[in-house]
Amino acid sequence: MAQTAFLSEYLPILIFIGIALVMAFAMVIGSWVAGKHRPDKEKLSAYECGFDAFDDSRHKFDIRFYLVAILFIIFDLEIAFLFPWAVSLGSIGLMGFWSMVVFLGILTVGFVYEWKKGALDWE
Amino acid sequence: MVELWTTYGMEFVFIIAHIMAIIVPLLVSVAYLTYAERKIMGAMQMRQGPMTVGPFGLLQPLADGIKLFSKEIIIPSSAHRVVFVMAPMLTFFLSLIAWAVIPVNKDWALANINVGILYLFAISSLGVYGVLMAGWASNSKYAFLGGLRSAAQMVSYEVSMGLVIVTVLLCVGSLNLQDIVLVERTWWMKALLFPMFIIFLVSILAETNRAPFDLPEGESELSGGFLVEYSAMTFALFFLGEYANMILMAAMAVILFLGGWLPPFGLSGAWIDWVPGVVWFGLKTFGILFFYVWVRATMPRYRYDQLMRLGWKIFLPFTLIWVLVIAGCLLAFGALPS
Amino acid sequence: MLASLVFYTFGFILILSSLFVITARNPVHSVLFLILGFFNAAGLFVLLGAEFLAFILAIVYVGAVAVLFLFVVMMLDISFADLRKDAMQYVPVGLLVGGVLLIELTMVFMSWQASPELAQNIAHPIDAAAQANNTKALGLILYTDYLLIFQMSGMVLLVAMIGAIVLTLRGRSGVRRQDVSKQVSIKRADVVEVQKVTSGTGI
Repeated sequence: MAQTAFLSEYLPILIFIGIALVMAFAMVIGSWVAGKHRPDKEKLSAYECGFDAFDDSRHKFDIRFYLVAILFIIFDLEIAFLFPWAVSLGSIGLMGFWSMVVFLGILTVGFVYEWKKGALDWE
Repeated sequence: MVELWTTYGMEFVFIIAHIMAIIVPLLVSVAYLTYAERKIMGAMQMRQGPMTVGPFGLLQPLADGIKLFSKEIIIPSSAHRVVFVMAPMLTFFLSLIAWAVIPVNKDWALANINVGILYLFAISSLGVYGVLMAGWASNSKYAFLGGLRSAAQMVSYEVSMGLVIVTVLLCVGSLNLQDIVLVERTWWMKALLFPMFIIFLVSILAETNRAPFDLPEGESELSGGFLVEYSAMTFALFFLGEYANMILMAAMAVILFLGGWLPPFGLSGAWIDWVPGVVWFGLKTFGILFFYVWVRATMPRYRYDQLMRLGWKIFLPFTLIWVLVIAGCLLAFGALPS
Repeated sequence: MLASLVFYTFGFILILSSLFVITARNPVHSVLFLILGFFNAAGLFVLLGAEFLAFILAIVYVGAVAVLFLFVVMMLDISFADLRKDAMQYVPVGLLVGGVLLIELTMVFMSWQASPELAQNIAHPIDAAAQANNTKALGLILYTDYLLIFQMSGMVLLVAMIGAIVLTLRGRSGVRRQDVSKQVSIKRADVVEVQKVTSGTGI
């Protein structure tokens, strides 16, 4: 019984997700039906200041974007560790505090390293 | 099936009515936020803003909506059709479902879940998919660059936003949004949280791609960024999603820092208690939205390297240290919620 | 009744989207189906009462890891058609590795023994609804009782961070960077000089 009480908090979210999905679809489909369609070649070509596109637009790009994504994963994980710590710090006291300080200290070493290496600079 | 209906029927109807009571005011607020933005910007730049459609231009958002609805949806021939149409739908969808947990008044939230703040954090971290998919599916160089920039920008500021949320959680000791509003904070807690409030405000500007961090759209260089190939309703859904996200982020700031639906400055007494909480919530949220518009009218755009520098080299170290400072202070004064 | 209906829906979509992940021809579709799969897994976690895990799954895997995947498959200029053409020559090696993995997995499962306390633990799980907060339950033990594992995960993250930088970062020469502290600390006397000019002589 207690379990169903807990799940009943999530039922509205599930229904909300359903309704939001239906709305998003309905708006596009409704507009697709309501609007007119007179496509021509120029209208359907990709925007490029009046030129035809020279080549495919998906090309290699600066490796730094990957680096940002990887660093983001690491810091996101760190935050994931911080959430339970933040709510339970009152009960785990000094021991918990210092264990987190050491954990953050380890990651700060990495952070200083990437800073010094210039991984955070854009050019 | 019949059994299902008799058990859950009434509940379903009630829930759906509740959801409509969230979505409809939200969409109206979004429409009038665009109006308010144009009017405020107009006033700040000595212009009138919209004033032709209806009295004081009040029907302008409606006219815009009808126009966008009836225009032609153009799908570029080189685009990836399914992903191209899915991207705006996803953005709009995410900006709606986040509102399921927002408590606009005591016990008014649709779903008062234990981990409300995690839910919001998760939804806001998904926002990046809309722009990334749009940028890729458009198959246009401007859109591609805009999507890329935007994705990198959003994830950069996500980190400092997460750390700011942690500092608030330290003072509150719960992930429930209602608890976050209701737990008493002492004056020195408020003082310690104040810098975090400022950082949160700046981060939500970057998170919602607003000026001065609107590089992904950067009209003058990317001519609209990831939005460049979008037209009619697909564009409108992005637009609605973005503005709903702005209101959501403002509401998040109100819940985390400004006491939600409670009267401001800790006022209480019979003379003020009759005002319903949702009014205070709305006023505070509007205050932050006004700040958004004000900043847009005031600040020049950042350069991309400056933007990344601010996120990674200033906000991240500062919030990281501040998490430990606040935790240490709370521990030293024995003020931790247990 | 309703919970089991939801369970089967989530489970069905999860299996279906996992299938699409490995069968989709376009890698971008694969990643998008992977994300759908993550969501349904998160839904299953919620059904089990593990709210915190569910949302961490959404935040870390969907919000961060899958973003990187999407970055890679969207932006990398790999011609996947070419890759597929050469794929046949890797089939023997692939079969070998797959076979070894399968044998290892069966060996692990054959020698698997349930802990004697397991039956008791299953009979009395930590009641999510009664405790109302499994985030806190996690926090109570993770940072003190499992201190060593916690610190080791910190080390793993450190290695990942350094590894990423070592592998990807190439210093480029000839780029001009903005040094903010240098800009701010500059003195007026360093850059401005006032010249008295008498008329008709020039400088």
